[in-house]
Amino acid sequence: MTRQTPIATGSDWNFEVLAEFEREIARLADEYRLDTYPNQIEVITSEQMMDAYASVGMPVGYHHWSFGKQFLSVEQAYRRGQMGLAYELVINSDPCIAYLMEENTLMMQVLVMAHACYGHNSFFKGNYLFRAWTDASSIIDYLVFARKYVAECEERYGVAAVEQLLDACHALQNYGVDRYKRPSPISAEEEALRQAEREEYLQAQVNTLWRTIPLSGQGLEAITEDDGDDPLGLHQAGRYPPEPQENLLYFIEKNAPLLAPWQREIVRIVRKLAQYFYPQRQTQVMNEGWATFWHYTLMHRMFDEGLVDEGLILEFLQSHTAVVHQQPFDSPYYNGINPYALGFAMFTDIRRICESPTDEDREWFPDIAGSNWLDTLHFAMRNFKDESFIQQFLSPKVIRDLKLFNVIDDDQDEMLTVAAIHDERGYRRLREALSVQYALSVREPNIQIYAADIRGDRSLTLRHVQDRRRPLAKSVYPVMRHLHQLWGFTVRLESIEDDEVARRYQWPLPNEGGQE
Amino acid sequence: MSYFIDRRANAKHKSAVNRQRFLDRYRTHIKRSVEEAVNRRSITDMQHGEKVSIPTRDISEPVFQHGQGGHRSIVSPGNREFDEGDRLRRPSGGGGGGDGSGEGGASNQGEGMDEFAFSLTRDEFLDFVFDGLELPHLERKQLMDLEEVKPVRSGITRDGVPSRINIVRSMREAQARRIAMRAPIRRALRESMDALAEEERKDPVLRNPSRIQELKAEIERLEKRLESVPFIDTYDLRYNNLVNQPTPSNKAVMFCVMDVSGSMTQSHKDIAKRFFLLLYLFLERNYEKVELVFVRHHTAAKEVDEEEFFYSRETGGTIVSSALTLVDEIISDRYPPADWNLYVAQASDGDNWDDDSTTCREVLSKSLMQKLAYFTYVEITPHAHQALWEEYEAVEADFPSRFAMRQIVEPGDIYPVFRELFRKVEA
Repeated sequence: MTRQTPIATGSDWNFEVLAEFEREIARLADEYRLDTYPNQIEVITSEQMMDAYASVGMPVGYHHWSFGKQFLSVEQAYRRGQMGLAYELVINSDPCIAYLMEENTLMMQVLVMAHACYGHNSFFKGNYLFRAWTDASSIIDYLVFARKYVAECEERYGVAAVEQLLDACHALQNYGVDRYKRPSPISAEEEALRQAEREEYLQAQVNTLWRTIPLSGQGLEAITEDDGDDPLGLHQAGRYPPEPQENLLYFIEKNAPLLAPWQREIVRIVRKLAQYFYPQRQTQVMNEGWATFWHYTLMHRMFDEGLVDEGLILEFLQSHTAVVHQQPFDSPYYNGINPYALGFAMFTDIRRICESPTDEDREWFPDIAGSNWLDTLHFAMRNFKDESFIQQFLSPKVIRDLKLFNVIDDDQDEMLTVAAIHDERGYRRLREALSVQYALSVREPNIQIYAADIRGDRSLTLRHVQDRRRPLAKSVYPVMRHLHQLWGFTVRLESIEDDEVARRYQWPLPNEGGQE
Repeated sequence: MSYFIDRRANAKHKSAVNRQRFLDRYRTHIKRSVEEAVNRRSITDMQHGEKVSIPTRDISEPVFQHGQGGHRSIVSPGNREFDEGDRLRRPSGGGGGGDGSGEGGASNQGEGMDEFAFSLTRDEFLDFVFDGLELPHLERKQLMDLEEVKPVRSGITRDGVPSRINIVRSMREAQARRIAMRAPIRRALRESMDALAEEERKDPVLRNPSRIQELKAEIERLEKRLESVPFIDTYDLRYNNLVNQPTPSNKAVMFCVMDVSGSMTQSHKDIAKRFFLLLYLFLERNYEKVELVFVRHHTAAKEVDEEEFFYSRETGGTIVSSALTLVDEIISDRYPPADWNLYVAQASDGDNWDDDSTTCREVLSKSLMQKLAYFTYVEITPHAHQALWEEYEAVEADFPSRFAMRQIVEPGDIYPVFRELFRKVEA
C-alpha cells in the first residue's frame, strides 16, 4: 500500500477537508461492509449542542419543564468544565443525523464522523431491535407532529393541564412499551390523517367498555348490595383485562374511563416515543462498543494509508483511551461499568478470538474461534442485545482484563459475599450475573396491569412481581399518584412475593393511616 | 450518500421555552434561594447571575424503581484483593459498594446528589429579586423633547440618500415607466410595419417608393426611440422614508442623600450603599434612563460624585435640612418635575441637630413632597429613634402613599426592608 499525503494537518478544519475525510471513511467503511443510512452531518455551535442534549438528542421536541431541567444541568456541567460536550450525538433516523460541534478540532470531527456516521449509523440500520421497533424514516416527521399537537393542546387547554398530563405520562413511560410484539410503525402523515378518526373511535371503544356501569353513586351501591345474589352471573364474568397487561400507557390510552380524546392522544405520543427509545436502552454496551470499535479501526486504517498524520493519530489515541477507560469500583470517579469500555473490549476480543484464538478460546467459543472476524462481528451486531450479547460473547479474557467480580448483597445476610471473581470457577457465573445486570426486565421492577374493576368501583389493580425479594423504592407513591391522575379512580398495587401478596399500596391513601 | 449542513446560523436557545417552564415551575424554590443570595453577597455584584440550588427530591421525576433490600447481585470491575467466598462488611450509607446496575447516563442524574444546582442569568436573577415589587407612582411623563426622537420608517419617497434606495419599489417603477413609455412607440411601430408590409405586398407597378422610404425611415426612427427608453431613470428611484418621531420620555432621577457626620461609621455607609444600589437596580429596570445625584451632608450639604459620596470621611454635627434644601434646589435647577420622575432615598443614623428636625418636616411637606414620586428613608441604627424619626412619621401620615420609612439594624435587614418598601399593593 502506498502511503498518501495526509488530507490535512493541524487542528483546524473546513468543509472541504471534512468532506474529503468523510469520503475516505465511507470508502473504508464500505470495505468492512458497514451498511448505513445516508448521513446528514450538521455542524452546530456548543449552545446548540446543549439544546440538543437537553432534548435527548431529538432535533424537535414538545415543550416540557423536564427538558429545561435537563438543559440547566447540562449547561451547568459544561460551564464548570466537568463535562466535555458532545463527543457525539447521533439520531436514529433516515437520513441519520449526526452533530459536529464547531469548537471541535479536526481530529474530533473525523473521529465523530467515524464513530457516529458509520459506527452508530450501521448499528441503527443493522441491529434487530432497531429494525423491529423503530422506524428511522418517520421519526422526524412524527416528532414534528407531536410537537405541533402538544402545542395546540397547550393553546386549547392551557399549559398547566398539558404539563400535568405529560408529568404523569413521563412517570410511566418506561412502561409504555410492548416488549414482545412488534409495534405498528409510526408515520406522521398517517398520524395526522387518522388522528381525528382515532379520537372518535377510541372514545367510542372506551364508552362501550364502561357502559355497563351505572354512572350515579346510587346505582353503584345498588349493585354492590346485590353482590350475594347475582342471578345473571354478571359479576363472574372474569377479570378485565383477561391477561395482565405490560404496556401500562397503552392500557391507559385505550381504557382510562375519563380521559378526553386529546389526552389519549398525548398518552399515545409519549408511548410512541418511549417505544422509539426502547432499543437504545437495551443496547447501550453493544451500540457504543460497536461504534468505538469502528472509529478505532477506521482511524487506524486511515493512518496506515497515510491519510492522517502522526499528530492527529496521537491526539486521537489520547481521546480514545480516555473514552474506553474503566474506573475501578473503589475509585471516587467510579460511575458504574463504562459501556464504551466493556463494549469496545468485547468487540475487540471477538476479533481476536477469530483471528488468533488460544486454546481457551477454542474451548469457550468453538463456533467462532478461527472464523472470519468480520462475518462474526456483523452477526453479533445484528442479532443481539446487551443481555444476550454478554451472555454469548463475554470471554474469560475480557473478564480478566476488567477484573470483574460479583458481590451478593442480601438483606437477610449481615455481610456481603463475593460470589465470583475472575478465575476459572467464576467466569461462567460472572457472565451470567453481568448479563442479568443488563436485562431491562431485571433492572426495572416487573409491574403489570392485573385488573380493572369495570363492574365495581372502577379501581385499577397493578401487580408487581418481586424479583429476588427486591422491594419497590419509595418513588412508588408519586408514580401511583400520577397513575391515579390518568385513571381517575383508585389505583392499587400488589407486590407479589412467592405467589403471595407481600405488600399492598394504594392511591389515594386509604383513610385509616397505615400503608397496608 | 452523505451531506453536510452548516446549522451554526440557526437560532440557538431552542430550549429557552423549556428553561422558562422549569423556572416557572420552581418559582418558590428559586425565590427562596435568591433571597438568601441577596442577603449573603454584597450588593455590588448584583450585576451577575446567581447559582441556585434546589433539593433534588423536590424536582425528581418519579419512576418505578427497585428500593433497597432483597437479594441483589452486583458485578463491578477492578477487583484487586477479593477472592471467591470472601465476606465483607456492608458499606454504610447503603449501596456504596457500587450501584453498578449498568445505569445509563440519561436518567437518574439525581441519585446520591442532594442538590440540583444551576445558574440564573443576570436578568433572570433580577427578575426574581424584584419579583412582586412595584415602583409606586410610576408615571410615563409624556413630553415632546426634541432630543428624544426616534427615526421610524414611514413609507416611500422620491428623494433620499442612495443608502436608503428601495430596490424593489424602484425596479417596479422602472418597469411600469418602461411599459408606459414604450407602448405608444410600439403601437406606432406596429402601424408603420403594417403599412410597409401592405405597401410591399402591392404590385410593383403600384408601389410608391417614396412612401416606402418614408415608412422605413419612420420604422428606424421608432426602433431607435424604443431602444432609447432607459432601463432605469432617476425618475424611477424610490427611497425608504424615515421620519423622526418624538418618543415619550421615560426617565427618572434618584437622589441619594446620606449623612456623613462623625456618627456614621463605614459599616453604616456600607449598609446605606447596598440599599441605594438595590434601589438603583430597581429603578433601572423600570425606566429607560436613570440619573443619579449624590448629596451628602453633615452640617452643610454638598453634591458630590459617587466615589466621594461613599468613601470620603467627614466629621462634625448634622443638619439634615441642609441636604433636603439642596435637593430641592437641584430639582428646581435641573430636573423639572414635569419631565422627570423624582425619587429620593435618604439614609442616616437618625442623629440631627435638635431644632433642625422640624425644619426638615417643613421643607418636605411644603415643597419637596409635592414634586417627588417617592421618598424613602432608612434609619440605620440599633438604638431608639430620635426627633428626626418622629417628625418624619408626621410627614408619612400626611403623604402615606409617597413617603416610606424603615429601620435597618444589620445588613441582613436590607433586602427585607427593601421588599417591604416596594411591595406591590394589591388592588
